[in-house]
Amino acid sequence: MSARIPLTLPDPERDHISGSADGLIRLLEYGDYECPFCAEVQPIIKEIQRRLGNDLLFGFRNFPLTNIHPHSEHAAEAAEAAGTQKNFWGMHDTLFENQGALDDDDLAEYAAELGLDETRLIREVTASVYAPRIREDFKSGVRGGVNGTPTFFINGERYDGARDLKHLLNVLTPQTK
Amino acid sequence: MSTITAKPETNPNGHLSVLTPGMQAPDFTLRCTPDQSVSLNEFRGRPVVLAFYPADWSPVCGDQMALYNEMLDEFQEFQAELVGISVDGAWCHGAFAKQNKLHFPLLADFEPKGAVARAYGVYDEKDGTCERALFVIDPAGTIQWSYVSPVGVNPGANGILSALEDLKTKSETTAAAK
Repeated sequence: MSARIPLTLPDPERDHISGSADGLIRLLEYGDYECPFCAEVQPIIKEIQRRLGNDLLFGFRNFPLTNIHPHSEHAAEAAEAAGTQKNFWGMHDTLFENQGALDDDDLAEYAAELGLDETRLIREVTASVYAPRIREDFKSGVRGGVNGTPTFFINGERYDGARDLKHLLNVLTPQTK
Repeated sequence: MSTITAKPETNPNGHLSVLTPGMQAPDFTLRCTPDQSVSLNEFRGRPVVLAFYPADWSPVCGDQMALYNEMLDEFQEFQAELVGISVDGAWCHGAFAKQNKLHFPLLADFEPKGAVARAYGVYDEKDGTCERALFVIDPAGTIQWSYVSPVGVNPGANGILSALEDLKTKSETTAAAK
């Protein structure tokens, strides 16, 4: 794996990114679709994205703890599979909004709701097509200092503060000035 | 039940000093289940990662052990063995490991309490628990790297991986020189 992946900054060439690639505020999340704290912070991230618009470059990498979260690996693979069908973020949001229902049948249903090829998505998930990429995400996180989820990096620095809107915005916004 | 072959020095404050790189890792035998024991010297020939932690069930320990549990393949790439050590008893470890689906041994530094942690200089006398400390031991039983984390902070795995990489580089260099 590569030292080539920037460990603590979103990489528009590689990562799933949202916002503007030219955004001066670069926020990277390492998350797990079955982690309750990640689901809790999800609406806050959406609000931050809404408020900061194109000033923000947001990237997401997978950090599934598969032993304690048995659905986390397939959920991550479903998001990656949706990404191949050009709708990573649709699946990403759906998974966090439906964290209690992440069986393979549920994943297929979400794919159908999003208008994706659900047969292909489930085939890729069960064949672990995206497992190496998810592992690469995970390893980059470990090397970058991720110890649990969610972990955020703001412009390359790990953020260990409170994960509410006010605190996050306070830390994020000075960087636009 | 434990047997130990070396003792750490005390520093001028009277606190135990953490064993540092280059020192021989004290051997020990501790229970890993109510009816099985593990000795450090059984791992001779492979790197060993000792992860001392304060207690089963406390939140940070859970996260830390859960993280290491996801990294067993990476440790395996270095042929390294990982063991967790706390003062909890074997039955408690068993329940904790089952709950978190841990796939590596947890050793009980239980009787005499904390004796192995003391030997490594990472026993917290005040709280009566192990400190949150990591040791990477080379295949010959010498300490390659050690780190003590603030008790509430998960030290992650980056330091362990770097130490294992250094060890691998060192052994390749030695092999090449022969």
